[in-house]
Amino acid sequence: MNDIRTIALIAGVLGLLAIATVIGQFLKRHPDRGLDPAAVNTFNLRLRGWWIMCTVLAAAFWLGTTATVVLFGLVSFWALREFITLTPTRKGDHRALFWVFFLFTPLHYVLVGLNRYDVFSVFLPVYATLFVLARVAFAGDYKRFLERTAKIQAGLVVCVYCLSFAPALLQIPIKGATIGGNFRLLFFLILLVQFADCMQYVWSRVLGRRLVAAAVSSNRTWEGLLGSATSTALLAAVLWWAAPPFEPWQAALAGFVVALMGFAGGMTMSAIKRDRGVKDYGTLVVGHGGVLDRIDSICFAAPVFYHMTQLFAGAGSP
Amino acid sequence: MPKLAVMLSPADMPPAPATGAGTAEGPSLVCRAAGLSLAALARLLSGSSVRWIASQPDTCQRVYFANHTSHLDAIVIWSSLPQTVRELTRPVAAKDYWQRGLVRRWLAEEVFNAILIDRTDIKVHQSPVDLMLREIGVTKSLIVFPEGSRSVTGEIGEFKSGLYYLARKRPDIELVPVHIDNLNRVLPRGEFLPVPLLSCISFGPPLWLERGEAKADFLDRARRAVIALKE
Repeated sequence: MNDIRTIALIAGVLGLLAIATVIGQFLKRHPDRGLDPAAVNTFNLRLRGWWIMCTVLAAAFWLGTTATVVLFGLVSFWALREFITLTPTRKGDHRALFWVFFLFTPLHYVLVGLNRYDVFSVFLPVYATLFVLARVAFAGDYKRFLERTAKIQAGLVVCVYCLSFAPALLQIPIKGATIGGNFRLLFFLILLVQFADCMQYVWSRVLGRRLVAAAVSSNRTWEGLLGSATSTALLAAVLWWAAPPFEPWQAALAGFVVALMGFAGGMTMSAIKRDRGVKDYGTLVVGHGGVLDRIDSICFAAPVFYHMTQLFAGAGSP
Repeated sequence: MPKLAVMLSPADMPPAPATGAGTAEGPSLVCRAAGLSLAALARLLSGSSVRWIASQPDTCQRVYFANHTSHLDAIVIWSSLPQTVRELTRPVAAKDYWQRGLVRRWLAEEVFNAILIDRTDIKVHQSPVDLMLREIGVTKSLIVFPEGSRSVTGEIGEFKSGLYYLARKRPDIELVPVHIDNLNRVLPRGEFLPVPLLSCISFGPPLWLERGEAKADFLDRARRAVIALKE
């Protein structure tokens, strides 16, 4: 995977991160520039999170496909932990949850690792759902039955099923591309999602007038959504050479859709957090809230990006 | 807050009985390794974040008292203490549960160095409080659950009077309130397989028995100190 495109992409991202870090540290040491110190602090903490994300991803890429699948499996496991912790469950859900954590989640990632698209695409949405419904019924507690089973299912779909489409990108056969090409594709997706997140913030700050849903999020605006989708489409078009099967217009379309989906993911998680009366999902990475706060956009964007890649790669379903 | 304590010299204390663990040479290497790995496993499984609120870890003699929600409580509190403190801290546990089976017994006696209390057979001349005080001597700390047994509803129940007698007999020991959140969902009553949710252990500022404070008032104050950590 040491071809010129991979090096260019990684060097570009590391360079940008380095410049941003220097600016962040400069602003921190010169609080007299008239910038909000809290915003500078948030910026620096975000940067720190990205450095961690980059380091972990680079290590996984270096170790290969299996290591990357395992890494995403662990992230899913932790995100699901945060999700279920925040969701009130009853004692009747305990055994169902045990199997969800220790059987369904690991087995799903094994299927992803084995590239069994035909099985893993239905395993959680169909079989895990049926199991959870039946197991909770067997436990004999029917209070708010549909509500409880829906919570577990939503957690599984968002934290495990959707996220697993990101490492599954490594398995799509692409004509004329090496495995390095697939790794670039995954990196491309994560880069676009993070960029869309930032652009959403910037456009909302600069032009934001109309809130999408004031009760759910006090800083996500329609202007931010459109601005972020357009900027992300532009970035994707400029970086089209990094993502193997895409023509520039296809990359732009993928960027646009990824930004929309990422925004939707942020809104959804925001709604859940509002309902539970919390700000963040956890405390693992300082300033980055929980794991789930960081990956919500990736979870929503990964499946559609996967299927667009499949479509444009002309692979169809394998 | 000033300590209203008279420091006890070792001579004032009844001699500590020579139990297997905690003698001059300390626990064996195997037990220490088992202790370290179990502490790591407990932390990993319970995903516990540890908060010290207006309080600091310290090797001075303390009684950590907590709400009781799960069989994991004692292990998780024990594992959330820094290692130097952990080695000096002994959980108080129910004999009927921890003496069943060889593994449990070995864990309780050798690894956690627990003080096992017979809940079914409490005698006047061998009260649990005297036993605890004799076992900890003038260096060790205790983890106790003043509710006596695990809460069924999730509410924190009334405290039993043991904590009061501990405080009265040893006014120099710091009483540290501990609140355990969410562990009852990790391993509820009557379940044996854990679900790895995230829990939170909060240590609060120490308190002492005030001069002339009535038993009921003190126990109520201690209970409210635990509830206050819930936020």
